[in-house]
Amino acid sequence: MLQPLQKAFKTSLPVLAGYLVLGAGFGMMMKAAGYSVFWALAMSVFVYAGSMQYAAVGLLSAGTGLLPLALTTLMVNARHLFYGISMLEPYRKAGKTKPYLIFALTDETYSLVCDGKRSIRDCLLLSALDQAYWVAGSVLGALLGEVLPFSTEGVDFALTALFLTVFTDQWLHSKSHFPALCGVGVSAVCLAVFGPDRFLLPAMAGITALLLAGSLWQKQDPQKEVSPDE
Amino acid sequence: MSDPLYLAAAVAVMALVTAGLRFAPFLLLGGRRTPRLVVYLGKVFPSATVGMLVVYGLKGISFSAAGGFVPQLLAGAVVVISYVWKRNSLVSIVGGTAVYMVLVQTVF
Repeated sequence: MLQPLQKAFKTSLPVLAGYLVLGAGFGMMMKAAGYSVFWALAMSVFVYAGSMQYAAVGLLSAGTGLLPLALTTLMVNARHLFYGISMLEPYRKAGKTKPYLIFALTDETYSLVCDGKRSIRDCLLLSALDQAYWVAGSVLGALLGEVLPFSTEGVDFALTALFLTVFTDQWLHSKSHFPALCGVGVSAVCLAVFGPDRFLLPAMAGITALLLAGSLWQKQDPQKEVSPDE
Repeated sequence: MSDPLYLAAAVAVMALVTAGLRFAPFLLLGGRRTPRLVVYLGKVFPSATVGMLVVYGLKGISFSAAGGFVPQLLAGAVVVISYVWKRNSLVSIVGGTAVYMVLVQTVF
């Protein structure tokens, strides 16, 4: 057990850095808004969705109604639908741990497990470590407030850097770059057109449409090339 | 608004909607046989989605002043080039983030 844990720990180090700092940022915001550490903890344990938790601080302070809150969550987190679709096959035989693996599919955990090459045990270790970092960061932030002795401005780039290394790795290991180009291209166009707060949903729709169209155009029949394992 | 009942309900709503989105594909498509088109999407989504996440991470980029895009592009280049060269994600992430932090804190 020790060796897989060491390996998972090493893989998760970028997330450790990013989640501790971003989690602490969330905890500090909760504290500044007047909420006790309990609520920061509850959100990081049960909601466990970084960007939504950041948005929630303001929404809760404003006393936003439950229905608008649900709709905001739906829009901010809709991208998680893609993660589930990607992990259907890799997590098919996950057994008892499957519900937790699915629950814990954040952006960062997804980027670590999405190649489908890790064992279920490794995925589980990564998922649990990542959430532990996030919870620890938010509790520390809520307890300590703004007491860090040095400026952490810009440290959140660690998560973008993580996505970039995963992206580069996938690029180097794949024959067709169409899906990758499609993801970056459609998202960039949607970001320019719809702006940073509203581009994810149109980007998801556009990516799905283009991938489906691309497969039809390439092979006439997307169903032939795709599932060699059947 | 720090009525505990409201807060508990709000946390429950956010938790249920988020978990609902994460579980939906498994509940709707995870039957004994996954439709082939979905299997296809499952294979191409990782590359496309990580591409989307890269853009998502860079969504604060702005071309109206050099400080709004030069740090991101330089640090991003450090990450990609060092990764292609050394294939060590930790080195690339730490290096790129350090470059970014120095740029936003001292240069821009």
